[in-house]
Amino acid sequence: MVRKLFTPLVVLTAAMFAYAPIAIANAPYESTMLLVQKIFYFHLATWMALAVAVSVCAVGSAMYLFKGHEGADRVAFAAAELAVVYCTFGLISGSLWGRKAWGVWWQWDAKLTMAFMLEMIFLGYLIVRKYGGPGSEKLSAAMGIFGAATAPFIYKSADWWRTIHPQTSVMKTLGKNAPPMWNVVWFCGTAFVLLFLVLLALRVGLEERRAELDRLYLEAEA
Amino acid sequence: MFLKVAWLVLRKDIAIEVKTREIFYTTLFFAVACVLVFSFAFVKEGVPVEGAGVGILWIAVIFSGNLALGRTFERERYGETIRALLLVPAPRAAIYLGKLLGIVALMSLTELLLVPMVAFLFQAPLFSWPMHLLALLVLGTLGFASVGTLFAAMLMRSRTRDVLLPILLYPVTVPVIIAGVLGTSALTQTPADEPMATLWISMLAFFDVVFLTLALWMFEPLMTE
Amino acid sequence: MKLLRCAAIAMMALMLSAPAGWASQPQPPPATDGFVAANDLPPTEQLPAGPFVVGAYSCFLVLMVGYAWSIARRLNTVEKEMRTLEQRQSRGSSTR
Repeated sequence: MVRKLFTPLVVLTAAMFAYAPIAIANAPYESTMLLVQKIFYFHLATWMALAVAVSVCAVGSAMYLFKGHEGADRVAFAAAELAVVYCTFGLISGSLWGRKAWGVWWQWDAKLTMAFMLEMIFLGYLIVRKYGGPGSEKLSAAMGIFGAATAPFIYKSADWWRTIHPQTSVMKTLGKNAPPMWNVVWFCGTAFVLLFLVLLALRVGLEERRAELDRLYLEAEA
Repeated sequence: MFLKVAWLVLRKDIAIEVKTREIFYTTLFFAVACVLVFSFAFVKEGVPVEGAGVGILWIAVIFSGNLALGRTFERERYGETIRALLLVPAPRAAIYLGKLLGIVALMSLTELLLVPMVAFLFQAPLFSWPMHLLALLVLGTLGFASVGTLFAAMLMRSRTRDVLLPILLYPVTVPVIIAGVLGTSALTQTPADEPMATLWISMLAFFDVVFLTLALWMFEPLMTE
Repeated sequence: MKLLRCAAIAMMALMLSAPAGWASQPQPPPATDGFVAANDLPPTEQLPAGPFVVGAYSCFLVLMVGYAWSIARRLNTVEKEMRTLEQRQSRGSSTR
């Protein structure tokens, strides 16, 4: 089933990404930030996809931990790696935007700190996977669940701390005040989530081949 | 039954510790060494940088807590007693709870000496809001130790446990550390921002509930081979 | 497996073509005009926004292509190892 859906998914994702720059270029200008606000479409979309990645990782980890699904563990691993990739881009794009909007590359503001923390959690996940030795799958699963447990806090942190990062309520007002922008935001978000699914499928495929190889090695030994 | 098992595990740890006092002394010495090292960076011309005391206090608490966690479980591993513990026909979560309380007790003892020392050395007005400070320290320690106990227990099987424990523990407990540090600095600044400190205390309580629930829930499947 | 790899390559190619489409779009007017109301700084002291936007988008492209490439490379390594193993096994069974 997954294999049959894969090709249309790739085509759809590619088409969306081909159209995304056009949509972004045509979106109206934001009144105070002008051109630099264009980063926003990919910046926010990254965090949307990251939220999906973190949830997938947590669900996969929980399923592995409590039900013992090997496949769920592979999905969680792939999602964690993608979470690191997306989070890296989110931090880079945010940093570029911050340099223009705030004048500094990095600000120790609530949301930035928490995003950095999330990156560290999932990097930790990957490190455990690589250097943890036997039993590291369970350890990393715990890491994935804890990472997802703190993620909602990261999402709300800018609202609670009243820092310079825009609040999450921006999203709600945007839908009312600027429907064209709103549409582009959701378009990009969907494209990013689809790209995440494509990469996830590829990454899980790789992990399955690895498991197959391990099985063959075991057979050869026996 | 549940609480009784937890109590027995706690009593066992306390009994060992009272006899040897190994972890207590080493942890305390390490915490004091931490304070000494940081004092070089944060004391300019004989006067401590403003707010440095709070940061140093929490760093010392977290570092020494990390050490205590590692040592406690190293002892179990070395004596190969953890397998016996896990074979006990009792809920695993109770064993976790007992270990957790033991570590919280150890860390609290260290803090009991650390707080007056930092207040004395860095002229930090830590005692102007004693109840708030107590709540911050207890909740912060509980939050840190709840994740720490779970991870340290899991890492016992790993060869690289000494390196992996801080690598995994610090990022996950960052919210607790942030809440603890910011809450304490809200208390020590002039004038003290009491509502802010209360907000951080409630945030800490929230994190403790989340972390404790997750840890109790996950300990059983994690410790099953 | 071949299908997967083909798909990955096709996707990369499509993604590479995306900025070309963007470049052909009418470029938005330079950010420097009409800025005064937004910020206290005069326009001359503002950083130009263009490089940041382009930088962000090209960075995304590099990251994603790099990641897809790294998956493909790791997949290749596994496949190669698998072939070696199979060869060794078939040789082992024929001599026995």
